[in-house]
Amino acid sequence: MLERKIRVLVAKPGLDGHDRGAKVIGRALRDAGMEVVYTGLRQTPEQIAATTLQEDVDVLCLSILSGAHNTLFPRVTALLKENDVDDVLVIGGGVIPDEDIPFLKDHGIEAVFTPGTNTEDVVSFIKTNLKR
Amino acid sequence: MSKADDYVAGIIAGKARIAAKAISLVENGDSSAIEFLKALYPHTGKARIVGITGPPGAGKSTLTDKLAKLLRKKGKRVGIVAVDPTSPFTGGAILGDRIRMQELATDPGVFIRSMGTRGQLGGLARSTHSAVRVLDAYGSDFVFIETVGVGQSEVDIVQLADIVLLVTIPGMGDDIQVIKAGILEIGDIFCINKADMDGANRLAAELEMMLDLKGHFEGLRPPVVKTVASEDKGTAELLESLLFHLAEDENSGRLAERREKNLKTEMLRIMAKALENTVSRLTEQTGALENYSRQIMQGALDPFSASEKMLAQINNIQFRL
Ligand SMILES: Nc1nc2c(ncn2[C@@H]2O[C@H](COP(=O)(O)OP(=O)(O)OP(=O)(O)O)[C@@H](O)[C@H]2O)c(=O)[nH]1
Ligand SMILES: [Mg+2]
Repeated sequence: MLERKIRVLVAKPGLDGHDRGAKVIGRALRDAGMEVVYTGLRQTPEQIAATTLQEDVDVLCLSILSGAHNTLFPRVTALLKENDVDDVLVIGGGVIPDEDIPFLKDHGIEAVFTPGTNTEDVVSFIKTNLKR
Repeated sequence: MSKADDYVAGIIAGKARIAAKAISLVENGDSSAIEFLKALYPHTGKARIVGITGPPGAGKSTLTDKLAKLLRKKGKRVGIVAVDPTSPFTGGAILGDRIRMQELATDPGVFIRSMGTRGQLGGLARSTHSAVRVLDAYGSDFVFIETVGVGQSEVDIVQLADIVLLVTIPGMGDDIQVIKAGILEIGDIFCINKADMDGANRLAAELEMMLDLKGHFEGLRPPVVKTVASEDKGTAELLESLLFHLAEDENSGRLAERREKNLKTEMLRIMAKALENTVSRLTEQTGALENYSRQIMQGALDPFSASEKMLAQINNIQFRL
């Protein structure tokens, strides 16, 4: 067995105009030895779900600033479910009010990281919560 | 049915998730991967394998996106394996080629897989060839492999592809130096991308001149095609060139010749890997290295005789990816 590498898709759903946050987390995960698939701005939930499936990533990290997380995140997790993708750890990040977090967790987002989160916490969360 | 047969059945039935899982199986060097690859092989060979290589940022992904879309309009199915370098320091990688291929993500006739080189030199990952075969069996008519390549050391793509598209751009400084670094030998088609920038015509003329000087070609003389990939200009002509070249190679027997040559290289690699793996397992398991080195130090033996004795103990070869 070769060393098992953690593969992560960092995806930006919605209409955000910049992706600084996504790039910061992408680089932190790379520096932690992970393979980070990055797909750029303005991804539709359909694109994100298809990419998750084709890339067979261990982790899907959704990053959003626009405030549309309550519609877009559950749409992504619903699409994953439709495609029988049940072994991917889905986490979210970005500008997300605390009161929305329980709703997102109910919809398959297993952790939410808000601005100011230490990237090391994200790395260790991923490492301890992988589903395969 | 074995696990390997399950995978193969799923792949030829066109199940994307199974194809994706199969690529991971190989990528992670799972112990069942070789059995799987054996079962997969009879279902491969139909796809045309197109290598796209060139310096960082030359527009390889943008070109791949445009070529794939043109092929989709012709009703062809497309697989794409995009390889990016793994950081030798962290072992991590940013795989960003999909940024230029966003619209292809949801096209059911396209399957894209990104991979890091994971310590391999030569521009490819250990599992790139297998991923290409998975996408071939999955029903792709064309499989593109995108790799970063600049010099002679990064041309493994040649040993895997049916045809190599070498992407260059104007304004890279000393153009002729770039050409001298061996690219003339690996390109079957030269694409000068970013032809909207100054110097494209001069670079084209220089390339043609280098080709004139070379004079002799195993197949067709490589055409030089100018494109502006970001504006989808020249890409239809590039595809025409590619399809023409492939058809010529097929008719002339050159394609079969090239595949045969590539198979020879592949077998040598498989065997070398298997022997290396067998030797390291043998020596690790038996502690033979410690034993013999002690004996050699005591003057009882020499390294060659000791190696002979160790090799004589091999009774089965253990494959590894
Ligand atoms: N001006 C100009 N820019 C282009 C052209 N083709 C691509 N680009 C731009 O060049 C940049 C790099 O393009 P990519 O397609 O990502 O290049 P690449 O060779 O795949 O890059 P790596 O995979 O990082 O080595 C992007 O910003 C593209 O939009 C072109 O013909 N002209
Ligand atoms: Mg690229």
